[in-house]
Amino acid sequence: MSILSKLGETAICLKAGRVTLPYPAQARPLPEKFRGRPIFDASKCIGCAGCANNCPAREILVFDVCQEIRILKYLGRRCTYCGRCADVCPEKAITMSQEFENGTNQIGDIGQRLELFMSTCQRCGRCFQEPSVLEQLKMKGYRFDDLQNERWIFRSQARLEGDAVVDDLKIELD
Amino acid sequence: MLKNLCQKMFGRSLWVYHANSGGCNGCDIEVLNVLTPYYDVERFGIKLVGSPRHADVMLCQGPAMRATAQALKRAYEAMPAPKLVFAIGSCACGGGVWFDSYPVLGPVEKIIPVNYYIPGCPPRPEAIIYGVAVALGLVEKKTAPVEFKELELPIPRYHPKDLHGQGELVVYEKAEKV
Repeated sequence: MSILSKLGETAICLKAGRVTLPYPAQARPLPEKFRGRPIFDASKCIGCAGCANNCPAREILVFDVCQEIRILKYLGRRCTYCGRCADVCPEKAITMSQEFENGTNQIGDIGQRLELFMSTCQRCGRCFQEPSVLEQLKMKGYRFDDLQNERWIFRSQARLEGDAVVDDLKIELD
Repeated sequence: MLKNLCQKMFGRSLWVYHANSGGCNGCDIEVLNVLTPYYDVERFGIKLVGSPRHADVMLCQGPAMRATAQALKRAYEAMPAPKLVFAIGSCACGGGVWFDSYPVLGPVEKIIPVNYYIPGCPPRPEAIIYGVAVALGLVEKKTAPVEFKELELPIPRYHPKDLHGQGELVVYEKAEKV
């Protein structure tokens, strides 16, 4: 009786087959709505900075060199691939690609930097209109994000100096 | 160079210590998913260990938090010398969406040196395996920084040098663009 049950177990084990995927050699197909890394299409981008204003992680920086040239920098370090930038883009310049194999040894590898010519409206300076009044206020004029220290700066504030968080850490570790 | 060093140092198998310093458990689940038979990562000799003293590799999830920064640092110092640190998920890579809140200090690289980054929120199990495979030198990394610089104004400005005479007709070259 016990031998028979063991044989039954063996039959079940043989029927189970193999589930392990030979991953780096062969990938499983992705689900249709999978959102991977956002890809910026520079030929379509008009530089409205709607993506920068709507990014919850504030990973898209905007720096206006002058009235006509705008630098748009996507850092991607803390990007959660939420796809809000692609939703808000009026020109559909941002597409959520299906790339997920982003493992690198340098964090700068996932960044994208666009240097664009702006064809500005002579009256208002910017042509893209934000939905709420507060956001419209935020949009006016130039944007000067800190590209060196890679941080987002509100227009109402002055340029931030250095890195305040590092000193906090020293206190914490003492 | 780092890759060569990795292949030399970690030739046989990687023992992995799994450190969560205040993440949301999303990346934890994905890392544990990697260790299941479905993605069977013991093919590469990767094994989960419970103590940083036994580990070669530290998988960091979650940002460096005010409360856990010291513990994370001590766990890193407890690992024996040839050690690698993987930052898994966008919290560990860059601080996460709550990067500017009070308890979050920032990415884990503020506390401990990070060797490999696997962004994603959470990264797919395949992405984690890919990152480990990049570290082991099994595959090449796919990402590279993109820089684009526009050299010409997209809307052409009227300039007399673009005017050409064709018989009696004067044609403006960039007419269809304007």
